[in-house]
This record gives sequence, structure tokens and C-alpha cells, in this order.
Amino acid sequence: MNSLIPILPEILILVLGLLILILEPFRKADERRGLGWLTAGGLLLTIVLSLLFGRPGQPVSVFGGMLRFDWLGFFFKMLFLFGGAATALFLMDMKEINRRGEAYVLLLASLLGMNLMAASANLVMLYLAIETTSIPLYVLAGFLRTDDKSTEAGFKYLLFGALASAVMLYGFSLLYGFTGTADIYALKNILPQGLFLGVVFLLLVGLGFKVSIVPFHFWAPDVYEGAPTPVAGFLSTVSKAAGFAVIVRLFVIAFPGVLAADWSLILAVLAAVTMTLGNLLAIPQKNFKRMLAYSSIAHAGYTLIGVAAIYASEASLSDLGVTSVAFYLLVYIVTNLLAFGLAAAFARVAGSDDIPAYNGLSRRHPWLALGFLTAMLSLAGMPPFGGFVAKVLVFAAAVKVGLVWLAVVGILNSIVGVYYYLIVIKHIYLYRDEATENTPLPITRPYALALTVLALGVILLGTVFAPWFNLAAAGALTLF
Amino acid sequence: MNFPVLSVIVFTPMVAAALILLLPAEKRNEIRALALTAAAFALILSAWVYVQYLVNGMTGYQFVEKYDWLPALGISLIFGVDGISAPLVLLTGIVMFTGVLISWGIDDPHAPTGIQDRPREFFAFLFILASGVFGVFASLDLFMLFFFYEIAVFPMYLLIVIWGWVKTREYAAMKLTLYLFIGSVVALVGALVMYWTAGQTTGVYTFDMRALEAANFSQAFQNAWFLPVFFGFAVLGGIWPFHNWSPDGHVAAPTAVSMFHAGVLMKLGAFAALRVGVMLLPQGAQHWSWLIMTCAAVAVVYGAFIAFVQTDLKYMIGFSSVSHMGLVMLGVSTLNNNGLLGAGVQMFSHGIMTALFFAVTGMIYDRAHTREVPELGGMGKVLPYASIGFIIGGLVSMGMPGFSGFVAEFPIFMGVWSKQWLVAVVASVSIVITAAYIMRIIRGVFFGEMPEKLQGHISPLTALDKIAIVTLCLFMVGIGVFPAMMTPMVQTGVQHILSLLGGA
Repeated sequence: MNSLIPILPEILILVLGLLILILEPFRKADERRGLGWLTAGGLLLTIVLSLLFGRPGQPVSVFGGMLRFDWLGFFFKMLFLFGGAATALFLMDMKEINRRGEAYVLLLASLLGMNLMAASANLVMLYLAIETTSIPLYVLAGFLRTDDKSTEAGFKYLLFGALASAVMLYGFSLLYGFTGTADIYALKNILPQGLFLGVVFLLLVGLGFKVSIVPFHFWAPDVYEGAPTPVAGFLSTVSKAAGFAVIVRLFVIAFPGVLAADWSLILAVLAAVTMTLGNLLAIPQKNFKRMLAYSSIAHAGYTLIGVAAIYASEASLSDLGVTSVAFYLLVYIVTNLLAFGLAAAFARVAGSDDIPAYNGLSRRHPWLALGFLTAMLSLAGMPPFGGFVAKVLVFAAAVKVGLVWLAVVGILNSIVGVYYYLIVIKHIYLYRDEATENTPLPITRPYALALTVLALGVILLGTVFAPWFNLAAAGALTLF
Repeated sequence: MNFPVLSVIVFTPMVAAALILLLPAEKRNEIRALALTAAAFALILSAWVYVQYLVNGMTGYQFVEKYDWLPALGISLIFGVDGISAPLVLLTGIVMFTGVLISWGIDDPHAPTGIQDRPREFFAFLFILASGVFGVFASLDLFMLFFFYEIAVFPMYLLIVIWGWVKTREYAAMKLTLYLFIGSVVALVGALVMYWTAGQTTGVYTFDMRALEAANFSQAFQNAWFLPVFFGFAVLGGIWPFHNWSPDGHVAAPTAVSMFHAGVLMKLGAFAALRVGVMLLPQGAQHWSWLIMTCAAVAVVYGAFIAFVQTDLKYMIGFSSVSHMGLVMLGVSTLNNNGLLGAGVQMFSHGIMTALFFAVTGMIYDRAHTREVPELGGMGKVLPYASIGFIIGGLVSMGMPGFSGFVAEFPIFMGVWSKQWLVAVVASVSIVITAAYIMRIIRGVFFGEMPEKLQGHISPLTALDKIAIVTLCLFMVGIGVFPAMMTPMVQTGVQHILSLLGGA
């Protein structure tokens, strides 16, 4: 029994998924919305049970070295489960999705893959996990069969995704071919530098696609715009965090020392390009979801600053780098889920994601407006919201290892960010729309619950940040 | 310290903002009453801190509270005031209190005054801003200083863009926010570099500014990082050539926000530049003092000249703020006793004075619907309180003996003279110009004939307006007549800075 503890969350997710599949046919179509409550509740219960019974101790490799059972993986798993629960609540009142049991099962299947991604210690396992994550997401992105944009989003995501993972798989096979092992923990220091440079580009195609770093970001705006909003939120937060969990573990464990100097430089350059392009392209966007897509590209760039800042010198890696990445992703998941959730709650009633449609929102629904304010300011990196602390930590990590130039680029970028986030706030608070201003904007219970928790979470992360930082730091230390 | 007075001061506005947001939007008078209560409470506490500091002859950092916030990185919530920040805490309390009085707003359809549109959101955002300002003045931890600094910056955007002057608010609010944000994040990089460097040399990684003061950064390090840190903050202090956001912001902002903005926020920039720039990097300050002095002198003279040619009252006061804040920077740049002392007093004096100017301007605009000096006149007869208040403010602005402006400006000029007499001569030109435009305003707005179209349309001031004016005037005259109410206290803060500068 004890040998199953490391995959307790995965087992529970699987059980939950099967339960939903069994229950679905016994319920009438108009009662199936309740499956969302079941999914969200089940995921929260999974978090509680995992925290009670599934906590890792000393890092160990389990299942023949396929998985690693440590705090970093555990931290990310809990994060994914939380994000999944929020997404399930957001799905509950989306037309054409909420009464389809498959949607929730696909969400859970994808979560299962992500949890395995965070723990994979073997290239084969890693690839399987990534595919388990991606395939349900392709379906979810194109779930609205009657909506052309959604279909396009699903198809585009599938094509780009398949290409990217094929290239990454080629990288994996080269790694295996040159070293004779697929175990990430055995790859350490056996790869020649020249080969590494070739392999790392292949790997970055696949992983860069998942976390949408430039130049592998093209899919993001179209897919986010077309996909059902809760799914887009899930893609831009949890899925992205899973990609970063893999990047951090793979690079720190498999390529330390001399190689770290190389990938640190490559990632630093990519970070600078990603932030700059993401932020600049976000400015002219008129559609809120497209703007969030570019903003999420920019945030991938900020997170990459932390990854690049893991390398301190050939002799040592900086654990603050890993901590800052984990903390950044925590804040980013909560904040961006809030943003997408708000967009979903608004568009469900108003039918539009265009930024000008938000005119007069502060008079129409002051609390929703306040939620937008919280999300936008946190994304912009303003206190007392989580985004401020997360950004400062990432910049601090960069400055610590001497990447002052990268911190400066990041800071210049966050100024650009402030500009376009404030534009959204301006539409919400300043502009008026006499036609819609006095019409009600009902918020259903799942939205109210999830949005309140997320908004309070953003504030909590930005004010009482020590416990969360310590958790992230505990996770980071298990890599060293 | 038994009673955590500083944290109560800092968090009172924050809590009040949350409570105000929870009230239903229709209960306008309850919202206003709650705001006024909270502001009065904060004012009483900050006055208590000030009086305690003064009466007990305290020196150094007092009322210190420390809570470990993130021990792993040496981030703590440390509050404490010294002789320079205690008056500024009091200033914030005064401006907050009077700002609420001015914005109360009578729901009279014929003569709407104050804030009529969504007062709930207005007071909530204003109080979040106030909380940030208190936090910066009271923080002794560099991380928390940035934390509160940013909190003080972003509500400005909302306050200006929602309740500001329709013609320029969108442009001005965005410009202001971006300027200030750029400044603060540039300074943030400097702060992070200081944090790591100090940690490497001393072995203790901490954001505690009392520890960083003793970090002994190398001369080369200080020379390199002083400019980004100092100018990053000084942007908010309106230093030339980064003053451009400030008059636009003043003009676009609603009255209470202009008062906060010119009265307190600009002090925030000057104070943070002093606290982080000069006090943590003293040798860098000595190395670059010529540059600050040049910029400040340009600001003093240039601001005064531009103010002179304006016809819009708010622009005039906005540029006069640039000029007067230039005097603060000029005092700081001397790095000697007189200059710093004058700068400390000037921050307080100018804060009160300019808050009064904007308050009176707001009252006039609410009634006459114009701020163009040529279109106004004869206000003295209908608004005696406003005109007397403005005249007192004007005398302070000119540096007339018997008013707080003199107590501030005289030491500044003495300090500058002993450092570089030429600058003192150039800067003193501004006094003449200031006198000229202030008298022009007083003559044009308060005396002479009232234009016909205004006659009969000017309703008298409300009791709340009068209380606000009297409160502000009392402080300006009080300090002018009894400089001992403030100078000894500021002197203790200056002594500490001088000791960091190596007795220079």
C-alpha cells in the first residue's frame, strides 16, 4: 500500500473521473450541471487527502525511477488540482459544456497528465505525461463544435502541439541515443557540451510550445480567443505551470554545471524576447482574451527570468531561482484564473469579450469591476496583490546571480504591462455605456464562489506571502 | 512600545477603505461620515506621535515596531519615525482630514460641490492611497517601503481618471502613472542590488534600512547606483527634468486628490530619495551633489517662470509646486546642516500650503466653473475665508517672515550659499517671481470687479470648507511664529543624516 502513496493524487483523480463517467448516464441531461460541483469538490477533497496522507518526505525515486516523489512535484500537483477545481466551477455555467460529462472527464484526464509531468523522472514517462495532458486539451479547446472559432482553436492547437511534441520527442531520442539512459537523474554530467546545444533546441521547441515562449507562441492568441473561456484560462495557467515544472526539473537535474551556463544564457535571451514581444503585441489588442493571451506570453517571459537565474556559477545553482519560479507560477495561476473567470462570467451574460464591452461595468456590477481591478493590478505587478511580490522575487533572483540586465529588461517590460492593463481598467471604471449600464449582470453561484476565493487569494498572496514563499522554497531545495 | 501606534495609523485608512466598500452605495452620508471619522482618527494619532516626539525631545528612530514578514529573505515589517518623517506623518494626517472635508459634497442640485459621483469608490481609493503614503513615511524596511510606495501610486490613476477634469484626465492619469511607475521600478533594481551587495559583505541579508545604513558600500558602487535610486524616487518629487507629469496631474485631478498629490505625494518622492538615496548611499550623494543641485536650481527658477505665465490657476500652482519642490531638492543637495534642515521643514510647509491652494482653487472652480484668472475677480467679498486663506498661503509661498515658508526657505538659502553662492543667487530669483505671480493671482481672483456673469452665482463656503481652511492656516502661521514647534525635531533627523555623511 505504501508504495502507492506517491501517486495518491493521481489515483484519486482517476477514481473521480471514473465516478463521473459512471454517474453521467444515470442523470438527466439538465441535471448534469451538478457534475461540476462533484469535480470541483472531488479535486478539493483530493488536495485535502493528499496533504493529510500523501506528503513526501526525503526525495525518492519510485516505480523503477519513473517518478520522483518530492516537495517540488507535490507543490505543483496541489497547484494544478486547485486550478482544476476553479476551472471546473467556471465550466459549470458555460453553455454546451456544462451538461456534458466528457468535459469534466477530459479536464481530469489532463490534470492527471500534468500531475505526472510534475513528478516525471524519466524521459519516456515525461513524454507520456505530456501527451496525456495535451490530447484532452486539444479536445477541450475545440469542444464547441458549432462554433467556428472554437473548432479552429482546437484544430490549430492540435497541429501545433503535435508538431512541437514530435520535435521534442526527437530531442528525447537523441538524448537517449547519446547517453544510453532515459533516466533524468542519470543524465547528469554525461552529455558533451556540443551535443547539448543541439538537443536543447529540440527540447525547447516542445516545452516552449507548452509554456508559449517566443518563437513558439503563435498558437496562443488564436486558441485562447476561440476556446471556451474557462478552457483558455486552464491552458494559460495550469498547463503552462506544468510546462515550467518540467523545464525546471529537467534542466536543473539533467544539465547542471557547464551546461547550465549555456541554457541559462539561452533562456535569458528567450526571456527578454518573450517578455518584450508579448507585452508589445498586447497593447493593440481589442479582445480581452487575446490581450490576456499576449499578456500570458509576457508572463512566461517573466517566469523564464527566474529559470535563467537558477544558474549562479558552474559550481553552484541558485535555489532562489527555483523558488521564485514556483512562487511566480502560484501567483500567476491564481491571478490569471481570476482574470479568465471574470471574462467568462461577464461574457456569459453580455456575450462579448471585447474590451469596449466592459464600458460602464463599474456601475453595472461594482464587485465584478473590483475583481477586474484586482486581477489587472496583480498582473501589472502592483501591491498589495500577489503579482508585486512575485515580480520582485523573480527580479531579486536575477540580480542575485548577476543578471542585472535581465532584471532591467523585465522592469521596462512591466511598465509596458501597466499601460495595457490600465486601459482595461479605464474601460471598466471611466467609460460609460448608457444602454447596458442599468441592466443586471447576474453572477451564478459557482462563479461567485470561485471568483471570491481567487480574488481573496490574490490579496493573500500579496500580503501574507511568507508561508507560500516557504512552501515554494521547501520545494526548490529538493532539487539541490 | 506597548501600543503599536504607527501600524494603527498606517492600517486605519486601509481598514476604513474596506469598510466603506462594504457599505451600500446609496448611503452616501454614512460613507462620508465613516471616511471623516477614520481621517480624524488617523490625524489624532499622527498628531499624538508628533507631539510625543517633540515634547519628549526624542532622537533617532522612535515608536519602532518590528514584525518578521519573510525571515528567509530578511523582509520585516518595521515601522518607526525619526525627526524628518514624524512631521510628514502629521502632514499626511492633516491633508487626509482636510481632503475628506473638502470632498464631502453637498447634494444640492444648484451648487454641487465636492465629490458627487460614486463617493464610496472615491473615498475607498483615496484611503488606500493614504495608507500607502503613511506606510512609506513610517517604513524602515526597504522592501516594505517599495510595497507602500506602489500602493500610493496606483490609486492615483483611478482617482484622476474617474473623478478628474474631463478635458485632460485620461492623458494626465496615464502619463503620471507611467512616470511614477518607471521611477519606482528603476529605484527597485537599485534597491535589490544594494540588498545583495550588502548581504555579501556583511553576511546578513536584510532589507532593514537601519542595517543597510551601516553596510559601507564601496565608493564605486555608490557612484554607480546613486543616480538610478535617487532619481527614480525624485521623479515623484517633481525634480527637473522629470517634472513633466506633475502639473498635468495636478490640473486633471479632483480637488482632494490634487491636495494629496501636491501636498503629500511629492513629499513621498523627496523623502524616499532622501531616505534611500542619500542615507543609504551617502558617498554617492556627495559625488553627485553637483548634479542634483543643478537640476534642483533649474527646477526652482524654471518652475517659477512657467508658473508666472500661466493663466489657469491650477497650472500656476502646479508649476509653483515644481519650483518649491526644487527648493527641497536644493536643500538636500547641499548635504549640510542648514540645507537639510530647511528641506525637512519645507516639505511640511509646502505640503500644507499647496494643499490649501488646491483646496481654495477647488472651491472657486466648483462655484465659478472656470479657473482662468482673467475670467475671475472679486471673490474676496463673497468668499472671505477662501481669500484670507489664499493670502496666507501666498505669504508662505513667498517666504514671508512669520510664516512657515520663511522658516524653511531661509536655512535652505543659507545652506546653498555656503556650498555654492552662485546657485543661491540664481535660485533667489525665484522668490521675486513667486511674489509676482502670487500677487497677480490675489489681485485678479480675489479683488477687483467680479465679472457680470459670475455675479449672484457664487454660493458661500460650507462650514466644512471653512474648517479645512482654518486648520491648514493654523499650521502655517503656527510654525512661522513658533519655529520651535518643528525645527528641533527636524534637526535631530538631520544630525543622523550628517553622521551618515561622515560629519560633512
